[in-house]
Amino acid sequence: MTGQTDRLQAELDRPTSWPDRPARRGAPRKTVASWLFLLLGVVYFALPLVGTLIFSLRAKPMLSAWTDMLNDPQVWSTLGYSFVIGLITIIVSIVLLVPTAFWVRLRLPRLRPIVEFVTLLPFVVPPIVLVFGLITTFSRPPLPLTGTNLGSDVLLVCAYVILSLPYMYRAVDAGLRTIDIRTLTEACQSLGAGWFTILWRVILPNLRVSILSGAFLTLAIVVGEFTIANFLARPMFATYLQLIYGNLAYQPAAVALISFGITWGAMGVIALIGRGSQDKSEIGGAH
Amino acid sequence: MRWSLLGVFPFFAFATMFLVIPTSYLVVGSFRDRAGNFTVQNYLNLSRPLTANAYVTSIEISLVTAILGGILGFLLAYAVIAGGLPTPFRTGIMTFSGVASNFAGVPLALAFVFTIGRTGFITVFLNTVLGVDVYGSGFTIYSKLGLEIVYLYFQLPLMVLIIAPAIDGLKKEWREASENAGASTFQYWRLIALPILMPSLLGSMILLFGNAFGAQATAFALTGGFINLVTILIGGQLSGDVLGDQNLGYALAMGMVAIMAVTILAYSWLARRAERWQR
Repeated sequence: MTGQTDRLQAELDRPTSWPDRPARRGAPRKTVASWLFLLLGVVYFALPLVGTLIFSLRAKPMLSAWTDMLNDPQVWSTLGYSFVIGLITIIVSIVLLVPTAFWVRLRLPRLRPIVEFVTLLPFVVPPIVLVFGLITTFSRPPLPLTGTNLGSDVLLVCAYVILSLPYMYRAVDAGLRTIDIRTLTEACQSLGAGWFTILWRVILPNLRVSILSGAFLTLAIVVGEFTIANFLARPMFATYLQLIYGNLAYQPAAVALISFGITWGAMGVIALIGRGSQDKSEIGGAH
Repeated sequence: MRWSLLGVFPFFAFATMFLVIPTSYLVVGSFRDRAGNFTVQNYLNLSRPLTANAYVTSIEISLVTAILGGILGFLLAYAVIAGGLPTPFRTGIMTFSGVASNFAGVPLALAFVFTIGRTGFITVFLNTVLGVDVYGSGFTIYSKLGLEIVYLYFQLPLMVLIIAPAIDGLKKEWREASENAGASTFQYWRLIALPILMPSLLGSMILLFGNAFGAQATAFALTGGFINLVTILIGGQLSGDVLGDQNLGYALAMGMVAIMAVTILAYSWLARRAERWQR
């Protein structure tokens, strides 16, 4: 008799959850695999950064790579130059693209596919081909821009405006989609505003957030850009890094980390600005 | 209507001047011989060993890093999005992917030299602690394999970024429905998840291919131009006449544009197909 009750008791005590639900058994294994992939990913991504940091600390005395870098006037001048070029690029992009995107949405919706097609062309023409074409075109009359420093600067900015076209246009256009430009424009016009006032005092302030994310992505791309700057022989940050890599031992490691830091900073700002918005325009790069 | 076209004139003028005309110069030049007569010989000359080799190497490196980066990036994205990990990891990996996919050429190349270069800390660690002499066994970071390892650093996070929406689009109901119908995990993946994800996966990998194919800075910084890629060869032609034929250089660049165009077209076609499941 007791045997019977014991069995009954055992049956009741038996954990009822898992043997009856085989589907759940996969769950913990899946989580373990996820942790493993995450760990491998983090290690792979961290190693080169750690390696660079260690290398920069190998100089003797230990922090001399960093102090040398801080005391190197050319690090600061090339960095300053890159930022100025980046800023001018952003301003030219905004001046060129905001009125265009606005006008196309308001008056020329049939041109939209064509404009979008043009803004995507830089994906088809890689930077190396673009600079090849630019140098071929602008190293001879009627516009021999590569002959002077100023001309090369102009060419550099124009090349970067082209390079950032896909990101900037998409950012501006995404911003325009969220506001009712037709009503805004009519309201402005009924109050007697001209086109410049409408764009400068009504449309532009409304696009602040989306333009900022496009602008910081452009800044990140321009400050790290090497190919076009190199062939136009401009004293950009990335070309200077390449130069000292050939001549100095440890300092390039410190400068490379600064370069990563700038990208982090720019993308961090975009993440802060774009929190909550579904904008995926941060896919870019100048590899 | 006619008058309002003036509003887009600056944009088209700028694009024409700094994108269309420069590219057209290369197109026209690629169809000319040295005397300026029309010819297709430049394109036939692309089959010469030097240029053909450059295309093969470029395509090989782009394929390898697109497929590997695609698979690994997908696994990482799936792990942090649908793998049962706490949400902060998802946010962290997505933000980091935005940053790392933008890590540009020169600093990235240097970072890898400092890590797995001849005196990099992993190389030294393997040699002194584990007694494995990687460079003695023939590995060098300045090779095709080395370049592939470096490219993966921006390919993998780019994959994470562009595949994430597709993984988000996998509905829980599909999995539950398949389980209720008695399907195993393997059957769920083979019959439901993978077919739905396939256009996104393929499209993303094609985008990665184009991303690697157009890269010049990383390879140049890493190898100093001693690896025969299309981008490196064009660069060499730009700084000095390495091909001995200016017009062949133009054809080389145009071949590259053609491959990029096919890549982008294939991507947008697949992206449209993928959208069907993401409503």
